[in-house]
Amino acid sequence: MVRGLAREGGRVSGVTILQGARHWKSGATIDVAMRDGAIVEVRPSQSAEIKSDTLIEAAGRVLAPGLVDLHVHLREPGQTSKESIATGTRAAAAGGFTAVACMPNTNPVVDNVAWVRWVLERAAESGHCRVHPIAVVTLGQKGEQLAEMHALAAAGAVAFSDDGRPVMSAAIMRRALEYSRPLGLPIVCHEEDLTLKGDGHMNEGAVATRLGIRGIPSQAESVMAWRDVDLAALTRGRVHLAHLSCASSFEALRHARRRGLNVTGETCPHYWMLTEEAVGDYDTHAKMNPPLRAEHDRLATIEAIVDGTIDCLTTDHAPHTFEEKRQTFDAAPFGIVGLETAIALTVTGLVEPGHLSLARAIELWTDAPRRVFGLPQVSLEVGSPADLVLLEPEERWTVEPAAFYSKGRNTPFGGMQVRGRAALTMCGGRITHALPAVVIRRGAETGAAVGAM
Amino acid sequence: MNHARLHPHAPAPSGAGASSHPRHLLGLEHLQRETLLALLEDAAKWRERARTRELPCERPRGVTVCNAFFEDSTRTRISFELAEQRVGATRVSFSASGSSVSKGETLLDTARVIAAMNVDVLVVRHPSSGSAAHLARHLDAIVVNGGDGTHEHPTQGLLDLLTLRDAWDGRFEGRRMAIVGDIAHSRVARSAIHGLRKLGATITVAGPATLLPAEVESLGVRVAHSADEALEGADAAMALRIQRERMECGLLPSMGEYAREWGLNAERVSRMKPHAVVMHPGPMNRGVEIAPDVADGERSVIFDQVENGVAVRCAVLEWCAGSLAKAAA
Ligand SMILES: [Zn+2]
Repeated sequence: MVRGLAREGGRVSGVTILQGARHWKSGATIDVAMRDGAIVEVRPSQSAEIKSDTLIEAAGRVLAPGLVDLHVHLREPGQTSKESIATGTRAAAAGGFTAVACMPNTNPVVDNVAWVRWVLERAAESGHCRVHPIAVVTLGQKGEQLAEMHALAAAGAVAFSDDGRPVMSAAIMRRALEYSRPLGLPIVCHEEDLTLKGDGHMNEGAVATRLGIRGIPSQAESVMAWRDVDLAALTRGRVHLAHLSCASSFEALRHARRRGLNVTGETCPHYWMLTEEAVGDYDTHAKMNPPLRAEHDRLATIEAIVDGTIDCLTTDHAPHTFEEKRQTFDAAPFGIVGLETAIALTVTGLVEPGHLSLARAIELWTDAPRRVFGLPQVSLEVGSPADLVLLEPEERWTVEPAAFYSKGRNTPFGGMQVRGRAALTMCGGRITHALPAVVIRRGAETGAAVGAM
Repeated sequence: MNHARLHPHAPAPSGAGASSHPRHLLGLEHLQRETLLALLEDAAKWRERARTRELPCERPRGVTVCNAFFEDSTRTRISFELAEQRVGATRVSFSASGSSVSKGETLLDTARVIAAMNVDVLVVRHPSSGSAAHLARHLDAIVVNGGDGTHEHPTQGLLDLLTLRDAWDGRFEGRRMAIVGDIAHSRVARSAIHGLRKLGATITVAGPATLLPAEVESLGVRVAHSADEALEGADAAMALRIQRERMECGLLPSMGEYAREWGLNAERVSRMKPHAVVMHPGPMNRGVEIAPDVADGERSVIFDQVENGVAVRCAVLEWCAGSLAKAAA
């Protein structure tokens, strides 16, 4: 699937050794040898000269399994002025991701086997990380007729979602959960009661009132979250609640957990970093769906992450063109890009203030999402695929949207001082991203060209 | 978290914000109290000139104004047009119907075309909240908000303040204003609230809960449970226009019920102070938000509001011309 990674110029043959990295969990300093896309040896780091085809100097950096984002919009097919599989996965690599799951609300929507295969082929050709397509729940995302879930799963779909829209009919959602149950794949729920949302464009509250913008109450999300938790009880289906943003939705998730239902949930960096105040005077970069909420919801988001209510983190990377965002607030589309700021906002907003350990924060972007979607686990052990990221958790940098690999520059974090970034990303043993500061020595420079450590 | 520091790349929120020399008139929220009082003072002078037919013949630096109306409003448009004539501005008008807007050109592109013709001042009326701020951010021309969605209508707010200045003998401190009706969808109410608070008056709002915006108290107003309660002892009352489509949206059961519960009728109005006045931004639904005998009654200053509208717009245009002169100097 990652054949296309060679295009990046990151092709590595023979043995690659990462020297002197800090293990993300144990903290031990290790050397890791890789061959043919997999880890072949891990040992305590030795300062002695190491012979390899490619040597990556990793001292001072944290080595972790590659990050996974279960919720991105790659916009292809059909909307390549916003993003493409090539640019979106390149942005993912820059953010330290080695796998993404992409939403099917493209144009046309991914509602048949042919489009699932097409996405996988495009990803293999031009992608810079593993791409796991999510297929729709209902044909055309119309909320009426179920998609051919068994065939879609067989073709490679890892989950089902009408994301961008809710499944408004409780009866259809019930059928979808029942029908997909034997597959064991989650239905990713975009929770939004459209009648409560109405013509709203931001969170309902004081800021919306001041600006004269029609508001969306947080209950537009939470009543649907509670509904789907209850439907999970009825159907014993597999529910995954997407981009949760408000206190009551987290309560629904806690309730599901207490009852032992097959329900998981995710939230995104903007919900712990920002509130509705970020809209300021009509900043369309702060327009997203669900909208940025009140301070008590932001605090509830952090609490739900800390106490384990939230299963994993996602970005809801939703690129739009500059022109689309440069409109009046009501005319501009909802959405924010997130792949290239995710780890920094996690470190800056959760680790630095002491809410989470770095290891737990990384777990929420690695092991946790893999568990939620049942993707093969990646570890720093022999035999594991070499899907790795070298992080610089202390590094301070300034978010510069103009420097993004994503076509989307729609972020309210532009100009913000943040901490923590990916220095180097490897997917299937190939280097998919490396900051210029990372020293990579090849061939003759490394002393020898044969054998592992 | 300090959000201001998250937006270093974002342009200043509005020209009329922190700067002591505002360029644009986007709303009364960000207008400084001194500027507001000066505008009222100037408007009173313009009103006097109009009454005595003593209008100045010199043009203030040949200011060119374009009235860009993306939403119908005969009354506001005529008021601006008259003001532009009175201050001697060169004036062009633009209305959205049949224009390139309906052909998909963005608001910003349309405004840029207008501004490219060396228009100094753009008076914008648009159905989107924030549209005036949006244009101010991206255009060189001075933007005067002629009503943006459900956000603000600052010249209406100024004319309301001028009307109250007369009714209250220039004293706003301690005065009590009642605003009754559809606060949620009213740019008139927002501008009046910001303006009145700056000058020291207190505001009580009342209306069906379906027509009160979320956390309306955050605007700095008190909420009354009934129209009677809001009017009790008030120094002035403003009835807001009720639009029929609120019934279709399910926000109101019927106009009849609205009139009974919230309409300004003689009995309710009698609860106010003896010299209190009744206002309405127009156009009125007689018999709905205001009873005909109240609209035409001795407390009504509704036609004063209309006269004052032209005067404050003269003052605003003169203020814009002053900004241009300072910029050129
Ligand atoms: Zn969504």
